[in-house]
Amino acid sequence: MKRRIEDLRVLENRKLNEEFFVLQLESGEDIPSILPGQFAEVKVEGSPATFLRRPISIYDADPVNNRIDLLIKIAGTGTKKLAELEAGQSLNLVYPLGNHFSKPKGSKVLLVGGGTGVAPMLILGRYMQAEWGIRPVYLLGYRSQHLIIEIERFRAIGEVNISTEDGSVGTKGFVTRNPLLSDDSAQYDMIYTCGPEVMMKAIAKRASALNSPCEVSLENLMGCGIGACLCCIVDTKDRGNVNTCTEGPIFNPELLKW
Amino acid sequence: MVNLNVDIGKLTLKNPVMTASGTFGFGQEYEDFIDISRLGGILVKGITGKERQGNPYPRMAETPSGMLNAVGLQNKGIDYFVDHIYPEITKYDTEIIVNVNGGTIEEYIEVASKVDKLDKIHAIELNISCPNVKQGGMVFGTHCPSAIAVTKAVREAYSKSLMVKLSPNVTSIVEFALAVEEAGADSISLINTLLGMAIDAKTRKPRLSTVTGGLSGPAVKPVALRMVWQVAKAVKIPVIGMGGIMNAGDAIEFFLAGASAVQIGTANFINPAVTIEILEGIERYLESNGYDSIQDIIGALEC
Repeated sequence: MKRRIEDLRVLENRKLNEEFFVLQLESGEDIPSILPGQFAEVKVEGSPATFLRRPISIYDADPVNNRIDLLIKIAGTGTKKLAELEAGQSLNLVYPLGNHFSKPKGSKVLLVGGGTGVAPMLILGRYMQAEWGIRPVYLLGYRSQHLIIEIERFRAIGEVNISTEDGSVGTKGFVTRNPLLSDDSAQYDMIYTCGPEVMMKAIAKRASALNSPCEVSLENLMGCGIGACLCCIVDTKDRGNVNTCTEGPIFNPELLKW
Repeated sequence: MVNLNVDIGKLTLKNPVMTASGTFGFGQEYEDFIDISRLGGILVKGITGKERQGNPYPRMAETPSGMLNAVGLQNKGIDYFVDHIYPEITKYDTEIIVNVNGGTIEEYIEVASKVDKLDKIHAIELNISCPNVKQGGMVFGTHCPSAIAVTKAVREAYSKSLMVKLSPNVTSIVEFALAVEEAGADSISLINTLLGMAIDAKTRKPRLSTVTGGLSGPAVKPVALRMVWQVAKAVKIPVIGMGGIMNAGDAIEFFLAGASAVQIGTANFINPAVTIEILEGIERYLESNGYDSIQDIIGALEC
């Protein structure tokens, strides 16, 4: 599949709360097929301190209308500048990049997202329902109820379970304490996860205890996103240092030196 | 049509736009974005005698108008290159130039003599300026007697065009340029990255696993331009300029300062099609200013 550099038009910049926003982008031509877990390298204009592109995982894609959604968390000057984009402006993307989540052996799967890590879980759920005929079961983790975002989009494609650290809604505590993961009799054909590294490490450990295969989506610092600069490496048990951008961002955690 | 041919020591390039080592992989990474065969040359990722894993993560820190890297010459070694990469990349209609590295003079010789046997490769770039390896690299490039010794040794082991890549981390760049010219270099490329560092004030830790790393990007361009100008005035062999070139205008500044060709590095990370945009921009500049040839602007700085 061919990667491309393209100016997309901002259709909407939807502010979800003080931290999160969704950019809906539209291409003037047919968008390439986007596989779940892939990302885009986004150019940030008008921010002198932002020299490199920002890798952002693809939240949703609509090949009929040639639209792409990015869920972005304001984390620094680059993403802060992106939050100022208005409808009608353009945004330059290099996409689609990276590998993708793989098809499970059976249909019992769990999709665990935390923070911006919920983003690839939406497109994954949509894809698995359409292409693999699997109804996704979500476990989404938040610090508190007021940080829950766009939950209806997840409910539209699967079963949604929620954990909050403060217990304001759903199960109290980290996602690993949710019965879906804490129950020792649970077993899955695949546990997919994306979120803070500490969360993914805990889930990978839990998946291993539950004898369930797992895939994690890494968020390493990237230079180019296309495999040239060798900056985003992760150390693996079988192949040494590999690029997160081209060999990942999706990895089997059993093969990572975590 | 303007004439874009340039000679860089025993080697003629169809145009003066090359990619800088370590920023363009082996070319394949960019195939979706540009026609690689339109480039004057590709400097492939630095190669050592044995496979190297490079430095631990984090290896990169973004800085104002630039970035620090501490990759540390991660590569699979010269034998892997010869067996697996060379057959793949020589399909491109462009000059493939191998960036040769070593921890010892013997390792440099090993890599250079193995590349010497490859028919479709007509030049090497001797990297005596990598700031991110403990042994070799910049150690050779910042100590003049060592720079002379490694250049002489590789000159004996390598029969084709020898480009030597200089480190900017020295007091007098001209002294090193004259020394490697005398030792047998056919051309000189500069600058490699400038040694720098970045600190995370919140954690009180360095942003790179190696503490220090190499600075590249537009932040270094004025330094690079000054060094290219000084070196081009001092030596008789061709000079290849690089350091923070982001567009055709930047490249033209390097030609005016005396560079016969340019290498595009960090800009490839931000715009994977930048090399072709720069090539087309150079052509437009020459045409619109009434020049017939790129030669007309090399060293044409008026001062």
